[in-house]
Amino acid sequence: MRDVAVIGIGCTTFGEKWESSFRELFLEAGALALEDAQLSGDRIDALYVGNMSAGRFVEQEHVGALIADYAGMASRHVPSTRVESACCSGSLAFRQAVIAVASGLEEIVVAAGVEKMTDVETATSVDALAAAADREWEGFVGATFPGLYAMIATDYMHRYPLTREQLAMVAVKNHYNGARNPIAQFHSEISVETVLGSPLVADPLRLFDCSPITDGAAAVILAPLERAREFTDAPVKVLATAQASDTIALHDRRDISTLDATVVAGQRAYEMARLTPTDIDLVEVHDCFTIAEICAIEDLGFCAKGQAGRLTEDGETALGGRIPVNTSGGLKACGHPVGATGIKQVAEIVQQLRGEAGGRQVDGAEIGMTQNVGGTGASVAVHIFGRA
Amino acid sequence: MTGIITYGAYIPRYRIRLEEIARVWGDNAADITGGLGVREKSLPDVDEDTATIAVEAARNALARREIDASEIGAVYVGSESHPYAVKPTACTVGEAIGATPNMTAADYEFACKAGTAGIQACMGLVGAGMVVYGLAIGSDVAQGAPSDALEYTAAAGGAAFLIGDRDPIATIHRTVSFTTDTPDFWRREGQTYPRHGGRFTGDPGYFKHVQGAARLLFEQAGKSASDYDYAVFHQPNAKFPRRVAAQLGFTPEQIQPGLVAPTLGNTYSGATMIGLAATLDVAKPGDRVFVTSFGSGAGSDSFDIEVTDAIEGSSFRRSDAPSVRQLLSNPIYVDYARYARHKGKIVMQ
Repeated sequence: MRDVAVIGIGCTTFGEKWESSFRELFLEAGALALEDAQLSGDRIDALYVGNMSAGRFVEQEHVGALIADYAGMASRHVPSTRVESACCSGSLAFRQAVIAVASGLEEIVVAAGVEKMTDVETATSVDALAAAADREWEGFVGATFPGLYAMIATDYMHRYPLTREQLAMVAVKNHYNGARNPIAQFHSEISVETVLGSPLVADPLRLFDCSPITDGAAAVILAPLERAREFTDAPVKVLATAQASDTIALHDRRDISTLDATVVAGQRAYEMARLTPTDIDLVEVHDCFTIAEICAIEDLGFCAKGQAGRLTEDGETALGGRIPVNTSGGLKACGHPVGATGIKQVAEIVQQLRGEAGGRQVDGAEIGMTQNVGGTGASVAVHIFGRA
Repeated sequence: MTGIITYGAYIPRYRIRLEEIARVWGDNAADITGGLGVREKSLPDVDEDTATIAVEAARNALARREIDASEIGAVYVGSESHPYAVKPTACTVGEAIGATPNMTAADYEFACKAGTAGIQACMGLVGAGMVVYGLAIGSDVAQGAPSDALEYTAAAGGAAFLIGDRDPIATIHRTVSFTTDTPDFWRREGQTYPRHGGRFTGDPGYFKHVQGAARLLFEQAGKSASDYDYAVFHQPNAKFPRRVAAQLGFTPEQIQPGLVAPTLGNTYSGATMIGLAATLDVAKPGDRVFVTSFGSGAGSDSFDIEVTDAIEGSSFRRSDAPSVRQLLSNPIYVDYARYARHKGKIVMQ
């Protein structure tokens, strides 16, 4: 296996992009990534695209072929593969791309993610997302994702010292970061009072505990590390790619307040990179709800179980803290176009390691991590990156 | 020059408070009224509909000025709630005011802007010399499905404007439109209630089109917000017109007389027209009024209007018909049960 590097990144702005169609979104992100890598499309050997539910959101399947076609690669018959793993689709597309390059089978590969969610009514969108849970045992009896994560939050707050205010501080911190990210869906800073005063969605989670419905796309370009400097002065090395599965239904878990798949994927990633949590300078985690960030911080080993609320309140996860979490604004403030989120996380880490993150730059960032979750933790991907 | 010869409005007396609707559906009343800027909305009596409201508005217009009804050569009624799918409301109105039979008539539908589309059609007929007067009416008993967001604002009311060029009380210097195919709100044949795209009705719908028409008029007229004394916008709630007015450079004072949504709700085809009527109720000779409607689907009509001396002349008697503020005063409040009966939401066997 050879080392792999990220040589280009591109993201559309995230938000309610009513003027952009599904295909326009991925074309824009792809073009930005190619431009960043100073490559033309005819150098691309393969495409992997994360997308959760174009069928439900825009009634389009066969997304891999569509992207190859509209990217102008159909005439060269470039292989293009759609990867679906609910909200983890982007990271798994990235992982497939890494494996393809590492194996020597492909040279220059695009890993992309795209989701166009605002063409349907909110109820349809919520139901499409609910397909990431167990339809027979969870969806059919009325469980939506806010409901499932609310159960995690309720169990967690019963067992560990986490206050409602500390939970709100996750959203406050992520909005602060999002306000410094040009692509973020939300650019307004909020207060704990904003969160606590927002409408109740599923007790104890309120509107500002929840990530939004978002349109957006992101793309990164991978190459063998040994060739990376042909394309960029600042390649970023993929130090680890790891993935783990768990039961699809929340109620079948050993412990619903710990995402075992995150724990295992994290351990596999640390092992592969020969690193420990103290080596990580910043991390993008899957904060689809504020409670998910709390769990992720602990499950990845940045603090002991039950301590993430305190860590957040003490500012240790904020910019300038011990382990800045979700400098992009996270899913909460940057937005959550589900298939694109995993790729956006990678793009954020690459930007940080290059020192190009502007007002949200983590000084001297050398090692960054991403954690992307499908469902309530049935699939998790963890990646670690380092400056090459 | 073509302009407004007379005008009249009509609003049913019945009101329901938004907190009463919120009580029924378990919504937070403060969030709803705060978010919309609307406290209560009108509803029709059991025997009122778009046709009766249109007739009342037309009669109020004619009460203010001696008009030979036989010289009204066109009647257009804009509504999204015409009582018949096939059979024009405009014929009923024409008959009721004595304008038949030597006249043309038709019903218009363009969601909330069918009334202002009627004004434009009348301006064309008058300008071409085809009719002496044309009557344009916007009238609705707007429909909102039970528990839908629209139910909090869908209201009843209308206004009528007689268009001509003989001594108008207000001259319409210019009108422009901005129209695209944007599916933000619709009701298909056979459906009882309209559907909508939620937040999509905002930026790509209302704001894009209102701004599009307004800026086009500014450009063509060589004017800006400060050149006007008053401005009237379509008001599906009180928040949208306030926001778009600010975006276009108008002050809260300029839109205040024509902003009736807080105690009326959204009268759809009647909304911009009633707002204009309320503004003309207080306008003085020389006042300049900027008007922009909006209809989902979607489009906006903008008008550059200047009030003339005739509004205070001997041939026009503003006080001979009720002002919009008078129509809004002295309401009869009903609970949701009676509201449901008045709106025909209770299905009788």
